[in-house]
Amino acid sequence: MVSYFLRRLLAAVPVMFFVALFVFLLLRLAPGDPAQMILGDQATPEQIAAIREHLGLNRPLMLQFVQWMSNILSGDFGDSLISNRPVIEMIGHRLGPTVALAVVAMLLTVVISVPLGVLAAWRHGKLIDKAVMAFSVVCFSVPIFVIGYILIGVFAVELRWFPVQGYRPLSAGFGQFMHRIFLPGLALASIYIALVARMTRASMLEVLREDYVRTARAKGLAEYLVLFRHALRNAAIPILTVVGTGFAMMISGVVVTETVFNIPGLGRLVVDAVLARDYPVIQAIILLTAGTYVVINLLIDLSYALTDPRIRYQ
Amino acid sequence: MKQFDFGRMSVLALVAGALHAPLAAETVLNVVPPASVRVLDPIMSTAQIVHTHGFMVFDTLLGMDADFRPQPQMADYKVSDDNMVYTLTLRDGLLWHDGSPVTAEDCVASLQRWGVNDGAGRVMMQHVESIEAVSDKELVITLAKPFGHVLELLAKPSPVPAFMMPKRLAETQAGQQVSEMIGSGPFKFLENEFRPGDQAVYAKNEDYVPRSEPSSWTAGGKVVNVDKVVMKSMPDMQTALNALQAGDVDLVEQVTIDLLPLLEMNPDIEVGNLVTLGYQITGQFNHRLPPFDDPKVRRAAMLALDQELFLQTAVGNADYYQTCPSVYGCTVPLASDAGAEYLEGTPQERMVKAQAALKESGYDGTPVLMMQPTDMAILNTQPIVAAERLRVAGFTVNVVPMDWGALQARKDTWVPVAEGGWNMFFTYWGVPGIWNPLVNPLIDGSGQDKVWAGWRVNPRVEELRTDYLVALDTETQQKIATEIQQIAWDEGFYYNGGEFSSVSAWNTGITDLSEGPLMLFWNIRK
Repeated sequence: MVSYFLRRLLAAVPVMFFVALFVFLLLRLAPGDPAQMILGDQATPEQIAAIREHLGLNRPLMLQFVQWMSNILSGDFGDSLISNRPVIEMIGHRLGPTVALAVVAMLLTVVISVPLGVLAAWRHGKLIDKAVMAFSVVCFSVPIFVIGYILIGVFAVELRWFPVQGYRPLSAGFGQFMHRIFLPGLALASIYIALVARMTRASMLEVLREDYVRTARAKGLAEYLVLFRHALRNAAIPILTVVGTGFAMMISGVVVTETVFNIPGLGRLVVDAVLARDYPVIQAIILLTAGTYVVINLLIDLSYALTDPRIRYQ
Repeated sequence: MKQFDFGRMSVLALVAGALHAPLAAETVLNVVPPASVRVLDPIMSTAQIVHTHGFMVFDTLLGMDADFRPQPQMADYKVSDDNMVYTLTLRDGLLWHDGSPVTAEDCVASLQRWGVNDGAGRVMMQHVESIEAVSDKELVITLAKPFGHVLELLAKPSPVPAFMMPKRLAETQAGQQVSEMIGSGPFKFLENEFRPGDQAVYAKNEDYVPRSEPSSWTAGGKVVNVDKVVMKSMPDMQTALNALQAGDVDLVEQVTIDLLPLLEMNPDIEVGNLVTLGYQITGQFNHRLPPFDDPKVRRAAMLALDQELFLQTAVGNADYYQTCPSVYGCTVPLASDAGAEYLEGTPQERMVKAQAALKESGYDGTPVLMMQPTDMAILNTQPIVAAERLRVAGFTVNVVPMDWGALQARKDTWVPVAEGGWNMFFTYWGVPGIWNPLVNPLIDGSGQDKVWAGWRVNPRVEELRTDYLVALDTETQQKIATEIQQIAWDEGFYYNGGEFSSVSAWNTGITDLSEGPLMLFWNIRK
């Protein structure tokens, strides 16, 4: 298992290198100029040229890339071209809210969608199955920002059960944290609830047809034991895959939720950085995201071995 | 004994309670600005949000009052009889935020830095022989040749105001932002609470000594009545308005006009114009590429386009826009009716004239590439509206969507369209950036590569702009400005798409808000 883990990590190195090269070139070759964004709309070409010179943007691309890579390898992600703040510091401030949002959204997803999917499979073809499927179609189809506005309109503006916007870290108290993160977490979770519920239902339906399930019922086991101890465990692998990749997608797809609920997270940071052509920030976040995908995929693979004892890694 | 002990204990408890009683709660003004604070150096950037930030942290030698007159601010001034020597004397009590006194040397270095980074400042410096600190509190600007706008430029609120900073910061290398936010303004910048793109926090500068005169725009006393101002970025306007109505924020500086009816129903919210000078929509022609290298074609385009239509589609509510021919802004002293004939008649009547003018010009059907910034709400619609009007007039138009960053980079090139060039795009300018021939880059007729996009060429306008530099009396300035404006319309320098205002909204608990050329945070009470 350990050697498998190490081999997978080593294989990630060329992946990360090509991601770095790709994002570096894409940014430099795309239209737009960070010097212009610093100076504002009314800057003259002369002023822009002076800034570009100072920022080293006129140096050959290869030199810029080599410099950047060697800095990365020594842990220096550079400073924002726009605000002059260390990129690591900026990401550090924004990572917490995004991770918190993604974790809460994923917990809500699992807590809501897995039982729904099991229920739908158990009562396959009945009204409850159709209701769960209809619900998941709605959640999948309605954009997150629409769901967000509806949740805000009903629960924050009308009922005043939740605040309309904002974020409090966990250090401010669990109650305050949950009070602010619940609605955005629910909005973000909506599409994944749909996805995981359907996956759970499909996976369960396959497993419930198996002989060992019939045997378990024939032995007189309680239905909940049949469902959750025997069937769900065997149905878990595809569900885990969807949950895992969904979590990675959440981290990279939170920007709409962060904007609607005014959460100062990574999603907004990267959108702002893209619009401002803040190269160091964009590059660092893309690398971080790519690294997150690599690690999460690895953890998913390792989790298979935990759920299915037949799977062993050499 | 028990009674005595109880009494003593009670007194002790009361005293202990008083000693540990919480101080009066801090007054925090929560504001949603129109853009995030990211760039902090107010001398480097031409963006208005940076100058709003600048006026909180920094101060200027002179301020500008609501009548557009320069007034003493950090310094009082004397002008020699021949208007060639300006003596500025710093008033007492001026301290930098690090506690060191403001000196004339700091101001000299600050003016030199400003003179490199501001367009009008650069023009002024070409007329200056020397700027010297003659004592700790006195500096002297000596002109080499006549220049009639020294005081006005030292006082102007935009695009780059002449902010004062410590000499060590003012000597920052060209092209580099200052490393610290140390000014002498009425607020201190809280570095450790700054989150670029999320929030910027300012605390009242307890050491600031305001002037005794009543405040008027950036002149007069800047009295701060709140302990902190938090500028909280909210990119989604609906979220910002929800936050305002829920009491999470106190003021939204720039409200999208189509959402105003939601606020107008709320008795706890007020709306109004705090930034009293508006914004002019401008359609820029590329004078270096066909078809707009021909003034006859440009004139035809000017006749086809329609201010009222632009403003209706961009703003929608006539209470918040106005049409006028002034290239300097509708309500500034130099505004005039020169060029009004291009706005006369109904849109249909002008379209007939446009079609005839285009035919007469011999326009050969060269397509017009119109850049459309899709991520700027106020500029998203003009290209579409303009393209349609131009097509009816007989032009061939291709609208090319892109984000603002791509447009900004592309606008500075004059390569052929097929190689990445452009023919027309729309933007908007704050009136303080265009209010006279000295600061207005849109009427620069030099045609030089280094000027703002468009590259207009007109020797007569350049003569007039040179005359304006030395004109001291308002009558002469007005005459020059009017003639320039007429030429700008006749030669199709750019299309003046009319002026719109910025509308702010605030909780009724906020009072004493100041009007100004940009958002100002002194005087406000909560």
